[in-house]
Amino acid sequence: MLAVKDVSLTFNEGTPDEKRALENIQLELAAGDFVTVIGSNGAGKSTLMNVISGVLAPDIGHVTISEQNVTSLPEYKRSGYIGRVFQDPMAGTSPSMTIEENLAIAYSRNKKRTLRLGVTKKRRETFKEALATLHLGLENRLNASVGLLSGGERQALSLLMATFTDPNILLLDEHTAALDPSRAELITNLTREVVERTKLTTLMVTHNMQQALDLGNRLIMMDKGQIILDVSGQEKEALTIEKLLQAFQDIRGSKMDNDRAILG
Amino acid sequence: MFISIFGAVESGVIYAILALGVYISFRVLDFPDLTVDGSFVTGAAVAAVAITHDIPTILATLLAIFAGFIAGTLTGILNTKGKINPLLSGILMMTALYSINLRIMGRVSNIPLLSETTIFTQLKQAWTNAGIDTALSSILTSLGVERVPGTWATLMVMALVTLIIKLITDFYLKTEMGLALRATGDNERMIRSFSANTDHLKIIGLGLSNALVALSGALYGQYAGFADLNMGIGMIVIGLASVIIGESIVGTKSITRTTFAVIVGAIVYRVVVTLALRSTFLDTGDMKLITSFLVIIALIVPKMINNHKELKRKRKKRLALEQRLKGSA
Ligand SMILES: Nc1ncnc2c1ncn2[C@@H]1O[C@H](COP(=O)(O)OP(=O)(O)OP(=O)(O)O)[C@@H](O)[C@H]1O
Ligand SMILES: [Mg+2]
Repeated sequence: MLAVKDVSLTFNEGTPDEKRALENIQLELAAGDFVTVIGSNGAGKSTLMNVISGVLAPDIGHVTISEQNVTSLPEYKRSGYIGRVFQDPMAGTSPSMTIEENLAIAYSRNKKRTLRLGVTKKRRETFKEALATLHLGLENRLNASVGLLSGGERQALSLLMATFTDPNILLLDEHTAALDPSRAELITNLTREVVERTKLTTLMVTHNMQQALDLGNRLIMMDKGQIILDVSGQEKEALTIEKLLQAFQDIRGSKMDNDRAILG
Repeated sequence: MFISIFGAVESGVIYAILALGVYISFRVLDFPDLTVDGSFVTGAAVAAVAITHDIPTILATLLAIFAGFIAGTLTGILNTKGKINPLLSGILMMTALYSINLRIMGRVSNIPLLSETTIFTQLKQAWTNAGIDTALSSILTSLGVERVPGTWATLMVMALVTLIIKLITDFYLKTEMGLALRATGDNERMIRSFSANTDHLKIIGLGLSNALVALSGALYGQYAGFADLNMGIGMIVIGLASVIIGESIVGTKSITRTTFAVIVGAIVYRVVVTLALRSTFLDTGDMKLITSFLVIIALIVPKMINNHKELKRKRKKRLALEQRLKGSA
């Protein structure tokens, strides 16, 4: 479904600020894979997501989605295949527009945008049904401005919008990190539900190791721009936080330097 | 008095179209577009040249709209493809338009239209023939108004035209394309993740905005009876003043309401300026001062009123709380 081949990316090449963010990344996701991604700060997780979604172009290597090479496809075109939820709850929705207008935008993702009304009676029903799956009562607030929603509600709406039109791939970059624990749990559960129901091929970055272990069928660990661990199936089921930390130490010869990850 | 307010409302309704254009760039797209000062003149110039070449007035006006659209898209291209910042893109286009407008006008800085047939002379003719003006004027005279307006055609028809443009704008902003345009001004990163080409949207949005500005210019030129190379100076501020004044009076609850607010703002602006200029200590040279003053008032007063309401609400709450505490003690 998704393949990242030989991808390397260096920021500010040839300057004192030079930073090798991705080094020879090889990653292949089968249809329906739900992969969680962990790794210390600056490991290159967000950069990898940005290369997949087309925000950044890799220096070398390429990205294919459903057998199609998309490396040179601009971000807005690639978005037709990719649903995304960002870390910042403000980033995934348009605050001055209403809930139904935001959903209408998501609805048009893989279609040509025309001069027909974005919100029609028929669509409104579809939107209501979809919102009801969030169990937040948003289906009764279709005309509320999204800017008035709480961070958790906005993130739930973002998740719904990202998955609304069945994209080929779902990218989640620490999408629960900016929420308080109870809301983070709500979004985590929603994510599990949505991915199970839609069977979306998903890549989820998280700092919360427990979350990375609980969710998905596969886990990868990144460090210094490389994928240093890739476990799936039974092996992943058997993983614990201690084993993960031990694995990191075995591979890197040093302790993982990320308190947030351990505590998370 | 009545005549000058009447005139202010008349021109206010024409400027309302400009204000709607400015609303699209400044508010919807969040793009401070200064092209306006140039594209307003472009509209007037194209219409004037076309009319003096005996092109039918409606067609002349449509040509002006098209010219404004092109000017706007060029600003959009400078910004999106040339990666020039929004303010500078607008300034560059406005500056270029000064020379382009002079070319359009055949290297003269003023084209009189007083002896030409314009949309408004045609309208006036039709209304006089239908006897509407005499009827309305006799009503006014019976109400004790001494000097009555020459024709009602301009006001009535312009009000209708402005209303139609408002309704089209409202509708457009609710279409799939319109929603994407609004999201571009609101959260560009988000709308790109929903597969919208924000560059194209900005270019189209600025095109539409300046098309409206040019229409306003074309109508104003025909209304005033001339196109002048310098008639666009300060138009952006007038448009912005209208938007801000209208929003603070009428509010911005919905798109429909906000576009209505913008029209109200344009009329109120004209009327207030006209009244201010009638006072003995202000003259036409003070117009810009009055404009700035109005915008400042429109920006500050609503905030002060809100703060005041908030304070009052809090005081009430505190009093109620103290009362309850006393009662339980
Ligand atoms: N636009 C940029 N310009 C320069 N350097 C960058 C840029 N974006 C990221 N980097 C650097 O590249 C490295 C990888 O960053 P990235 O954001 O991918 O890390 P991450 O794994 O997502 O970290 P975190 O867990 O903190 O989000 C970091 O060292 C970062 O400072
Ligand atoms: Mg990151």
